[in-house]
Amino acid sequence: MATETLTLGKALNAGLRRALEHDQKVVIMGEDVGKLGGVFRITDGLQKDFGDQRVIDTPLAESGIIGTAVGLAIRGFRPVCEIQFDGFVYPAYDQIVSQVAKMHYRSQGKVRIPMVIRIPYGGGIGAVEHHSESPEAYFAHTAGLKVVTCANPQDAYWMIQQAVASDDPIVFLEPKRRYWEKGPVDLEAPLSAAYPLHSARVARAGTDATVLAYGPMVRTCLDAAAAAAEDGRELEVVDLRTLSPLDLTAVYESVRRTGRCVVVHEAPGNLGLGAEIAARVTEECFYSLEAPVLRVTGFDTPYPASRVEEEYLPDLDRVLDAVDRAFGW
Amino acid sequence: MAKGDPGVTTTRGRRAAPRAKRTAATAGGDPELVQLLTPAGERVESAFGPDGTEYRVDFTDEEYRGLYRDLVLVRKLDAEATALQRQGELGLWASLLGQEAAQVGSGRALRSQDMAFPTYREHGVLYCRGIDPIMPLGLFRGVDQGGWDPNEFKFNMYTIVIGAQTLHATGYAMGVHMDGKTGGDDGEAVIAYFGDGATSQGDVNEAFVWASVFNAPLVFFCQNNQYAISEPLERQTRVPLYQRARGFGFPGVRVDGNDVLASYAVTRHALDNARHGQGPSLIEAYTYRMGAHTTSDDPTRYRIASEVEAWQAKDPIARMKAFLEKQKIADGSFFAEVDEQARAESVHLRERVLAMPDPEPVTMFDHVYPHGSPELDEQRAQFSRYLESFEGSAH
Repeated sequence: MATETLTLGKALNAGLRRALEHDQKVVIMGEDVGKLGGVFRITDGLQKDFGDQRVIDTPLAESGIIGTAVGLAIRGFRPVCEIQFDGFVYPAYDQIVSQVAKMHYRSQGKVRIPMVIRIPYGGGIGAVEHHSESPEAYFAHTAGLKVVTCANPQDAYWMIQQAVASDDPIVFLEPKRRYWEKGPVDLEAPLSAAYPLHSARVARAGTDATVLAYGPMVRTCLDAAAAAAEDGRELEVVDLRTLSPLDLTAVYESVRRTGRCVVVHEAPGNLGLGAEIAARVTEECFYSLEAPVLRVTGFDTPYPASRVEEEYLPDLDRVLDAVDRAFGW
Repeated sequence: MAKGDPGVTTTRGRRAAPRAKRTAATAGGDPELVQLLTPAGERVESAFGPDGTEYRVDFTDEEYRGLYRDLVLVRKLDAEATALQRQGELGLWASLLGQEAAQVGSGRALRSQDMAFPTYREHGVLYCRGIDPIMPLGLFRGVDQGGWDPNEFKFNMYTIVIGAQTLHATGYAMGVHMDGKTGGDDGEAVIAYFGDGATSQGDVNEAFVWASVFNAPLVFFCQNNQYAISEPLERQTRVPLYQRARGFGFPGVRVDGNDVLASYAVTRHALDNARHGQGPSLIEAYTYRMGAHTTSDDPTRYRIASEVEAWQAKDPIARMKAFLEKQKIADGSFFAEVDEQARAESVHLRERVLAMPDPEPVTMFDHVYPHGSPELDEQRAQFSRYLESFEGSAH
């Protein structure tokens, strides 16, 4: 067994390395991804080992990164683009939603854009503005894109490789405040043995209420579940992992058992993923629900100054408060 | 124009030399505009770009006639498409009227291995790539959104978002480089088409930066047709567009975009530089959109008739015809034969447009993802059941 304890960031690095080894058409491109190894060091050492034709420091222009990656994809490459921070993806928004997402559709299946767009996202690191946002709903709303997010090192290692190997354009969201959290990673199992990319997974089994989370909020919800257990309440925590398409099969099964459902995300609540999930769970589990599906989310404000971000971000107490409300309905 | 490499010869002269080298026929030539065929149909032996590059062409009579045939054909097919829109058979048409020489010249300059990234108006380039002119009409009729394979035709799908394709072309050209396909006569080059309005777009400027720093084998071909819908060039720039290239670190040249010979010579030279690893360049083809932006537009609201008339006098086909007549390269029977071919091809095009079936509604669910989608399969199934629920439904 080659199981090692790695941080989530190192696991991503190891996954990218394997993807580069596996397929000569894979190229990594972005700002500072070369010598520096990225501002979060996710691509650390890759340019040194694979050369500057495969790990490309690009000009500082996000639309350029994605737009040129489209051209590379048309030529048969598999570009892995890094957007340095969530709040900097918007200059590339047109290329992503109008070009990347639609090329396969418009060409009636003749053009594939097997591109991965890596975006460190979410708050909690005390950053200045534009460095803590959760833009997942914009992309999950766009047909033609797929959106996934990892929550632990093992998933990070597998999911980035699965995303690179996929023929879909994939927005790959990395929970930046979890980059330094450690966990076991099996580095040698074949990719075919990995848990399917577009599948949710029960992160903690429980019987009393179903709590849905993804990315950085999975850890928060697991902590909340541990605290709830001390009070005699068993929460089932589901790590969604895939935001588009959503995989709610296990969620429906869970909610039919528990009768209560709480969705947690950092992004603002208004028209966020939680709204879509609440609608679907209500439709599928209507007669099993003991309470409406509740949401615990960021507020409908711009992401606030970092000194108050702890109040903005859903935390253990807000999750448990929502669970209490679900029981008190 | 069927044969390989009609003799374009270009030599790099010193800046001081050009004037002395010109023949009498160049009198009145604009040093900022490469021209090899005057509006009156006079051949100019050679012309010089701003960096001293000398441009000339040496076509056979058959090749000259071929270029004329292309010009007439693409204009006629374009007129047919406009008519089809007026009759409700196309939802929209973006006419190339007036820009035939820029498109035929640059399109014929492409070698078979070269890749083109068009806007939505490059019907003439498409024709010169040997592609059936019916191909883009599905988009304008509303039965598809392109639907062709760029790699099969070496011609990307039309791009409606202004300037977005210049980045695609740049990335593709970077890929050519990475594949080691530059450096020799068989090297690949890429051409990106866009208009004067697009030069204000961020994407185009980013493409200039990227192509420059990565030395991409790319020709930026800007058809400056003087208007971005209603807005004149003055709203996009205060300097001649070709001069912008200098600031990005590659050569720029302005060519008479109504002169098919000069458009050919300048483009062929730029493409060959690119394929030999000498990096990108910008061509500003100075031309005029004789018609509306699209069939939804009314140009009488923003430009005066005298301006249009002045450009009418520079018509790309009239000057080529005058040249062929004066040089006795073609006679009346040739012109009649070309007109007849154009008529026949446009009739054929019309018949096929009218025969284009509407897609089945459920096909809207196809091809969203390369390997399908259970979620969309379910939506398709639900929608099918809904359609079938109507009494007498044919579905």
